[in-house]
Amino acid sequence: MADNGDDDAQYRIKGGDYVVLKRGDIFKAVQIQPKKKVIFEKQWFFLDNAVDHLYSTTFEIVSGGVLQPKKLKDAESSTDTKEAGTDNRNIVDDGKSQKLTRDDIETLKEQGLKGQEIIQQLIDNSSTFKDKTEYAQDKYIKKKKKKYENTVTILKPSCRILAMMYHGREPGKICHLRYDTLAQMLTLANIHAGSKVLVFETCAGLVLGAVMERMGGYGSVIQMYPGGGPVRAGVESFGFPAHFHDMLHEFPICHVNALLAGTLDTTAKEPSADSKQSTVAEEKEKQNQPEAEQQGSPEEQNMETNSGADDLEKEQKEKRKEAKAQEKKVKLEEKRKKLAAAAALLEGRNADGLVIASRFHPCPVLMGLLKFLAPSRPFVVYSQYKEPLIECYTKLKEQGGTISLRLTDTWLRHYQVLPNRTHPLLLMSGGGGYVLSGTTVAMDRSKSAGSQRAEEPAPKRLKLTDTEG
Amino acid sequence: MSFVEYSDFIQDGDVAIVYLGHDSMMPVKVQKGAQTQTRYGVIRHSTDLIGQRYGSKVTCSKGGWVHVLHPTPELWTVTLPHRTQILYTTDIATITMMLELKPGSVVCESGTGSGSLSHAILRTIAPTGHLHTVEFHQQRAEKAAEEFKEHRVDHLVTVRNQDVCKDGFGVTGVADAVFLDIPSPWEAVQRTCEALADQGFEEISTVEVLLRVHDVRNVSLPLPDFGPDPSSQTESDAAAAEKAPPNHASVTIKTTTPPREIPGHTGYLTFATKPRT
Repeated sequence: MADNGDDDAQYRIKGGDYVVLKRGDIFKAVQIQPKKKVIFEKQWFFLDNAVDHLYSTTFEIVSGGVLQPKKLKDAESSTDTKEAGTDNRNIVDDGKSQKLTRDDIETLKEQGLKGQEIIQQLIDNSSTFKDKTEYAQDKYIKKKKKKYENTVTILKPSCRILAMMYHGREPGKICHLRYDTLAQMLTLANIHAGSKVLVFETCAGLVLGAVMERMGGYGSVIQMYPGGGPVRAGVESFGFPAHFHDMLHEFPICHVNALLAGTLDTTAKEPSADSKQSTVAEEKEKQNQPEAEQQGSPEEQNMETNSGADDLEKEQKEKRKEAKAQEKKVKLEEKRKKLAAAAALLEGRNADGLVIASRFHPCPVLMGLLKFLAPSRPFVVYSQYKEPLIECYTKLKEQGGTISLRLTDTWLRHYQVLPNRTHPLLLMSGGGGYVLSGTTVAMDRSKSAGSQRAEEPAPKRLKLTDTEG
Repeated sequence: MSFVEYSDFIQDGDVAIVYLGHDSMMPVKVQKGAQTQTRYGVIRHSTDLIGQRYGSKVTCSKGGWVHVLHPTPELWTVTLPHRTQILYTTDIATITMMLELKPGSVVCESGTGSGSLSHAILRTIAPTGHLHTVEFHQQRAEKAAEEFKEHRVDHLVTVRNQDVCKDGFGVTGVADAVFLDIPSPWEAVQRTCEALADQGFEEISTVEVLLRVHDVRNVSLPLPDFGPDPSSQTESDAAAAEKAPPNHASVTIKTTTPPREIPGHTGYLTFATKPRT
């Protein structure tokens, strides 16, 4: 694959793009809009200068909130033999070792000194720096960099980045779903291009977006939603190409029972003369205004004809009212069509995967939606808490029709890797949620309630002699 | 059937997964006239498998039964014949997300090993991506290529039998992601992070992912007997007190327990991103 300038386009920032700002471990999703002030990590700036640069470029925020690409590694860690101590036995932490005051530092900032320069000033004015060990000096510099550098990196959004962002910034919005848990779910549910996946989530659209990313625009995703309408704010942040939305459907769960019973009517209504107008509107959806006006005319003719300017105004008001009513009809018709399309995808009961991640009790959600899955297909249910999933497990066992049920959670542990200083960092235990996964099988009609064969081995009894003394 | 696309009915030539019970599964190459032995009896491919729906229950000759499942990379990981130590689903899932794999991705992998990760990658990058995988052991390279063909994913992968350190992946300038499985982790992780930093990689991070399994159990906890309660009302008649039925001798709770042994460590995963320049 030749790497010419044209290929570059997909890697360059464009106006209108959804991007993710990053500094250290902090992320924020924004859209590139001209002359729009963006606030990130207590700094405000404009993104206009970012356009046409490559993604993953790091910029410096200079005065006026203007972005300037950062020069690559300008005088980074120069490994001159700095003076350093051997241990901290003589270092007293009295808070007085830094000679610069807060005001001094503010002054330096106002003078327009770059982050690197401020840090050098801090080092020069620290009475204990030269006594610190090399490692302690390194740590000190890293800490100051984090505080005083005013850089921002602009990243192309991806599931990985957005999942980390949401978990760091607004975990409550995503039911505290940690990104490694999301990773497990996507794989366990075998999400791939060309399949038909059902998603029920209240994670601001993050889970939905993640599923869509893994399907690459192929196949279909049906978002089952509670309440008035599907929530998809998070999906926007992924910056998917427009055609991805063609594969996305939605279906309100309040109609699930009717659909399963075969009583859901998604055909166009046929009330009175109105129906003629709506079908006409259906066919000529493209021609909005002129159509609306034409529809208005029979009504117009029926109105009493008075003379004067008032009359004209009244007519125009009526026209607008008609136009609005027509718009509403068109919208309702669109909605009906979408509902019918989603219902058609569902009623075959041959979906390939089911992903549930919400604040709702997972048990009834799972029991209700499992019916739409074909046999030999995976499902995953996420819950912030373990107990509701234990309930799901128990119910599934009683009902039959599923195998390989597993209740799991993952621990993600980060490591600091540095010469002679490699060790684990904080262990993020718990706090990531739990996952119940399984596979559907053909429902056995002849089977009596309860499994014929124990799925898991009975817990072994420990002989007294075997226990550790 | 293919590992990257579902189908509904079992056909001659498919690879299917026979599910015998909890943690007991095996892959089966479906062939007209063939038979497969299981502890529940014989499965006759022509009558019991071909033409049946995936997910069906199959009764074996001895009367016991099994389920036949459509293959997935996850099922393959736990049933494939090991030629090397393999990566398991927990690590694979993390890698898939951290490498931002999706349909169309071009990936370079070394080494192919037993193909556990390879199959998962292929599933995610289909139908428009490509996997360039390198294996320096000739038989393993051949076996992997054979399996990819059987699993109907060979159009998405190129297996090269060569030494990645000497000859590279056989392609340049195409990869969206690279995966390297390297030995001697305790030294390698350190050197890898340094090398990555030197080469201009960013967001370098090393993680470990541990899976905790929770086995759902009904547990019966006996209640202690502290003897009859003297402050209770009916104590005048000793006989009555004796006849009074004891409180429930035990309470049953529904809870989870960890399995006897849990895998504590599988490997260190180091990720980094090279910004395009």
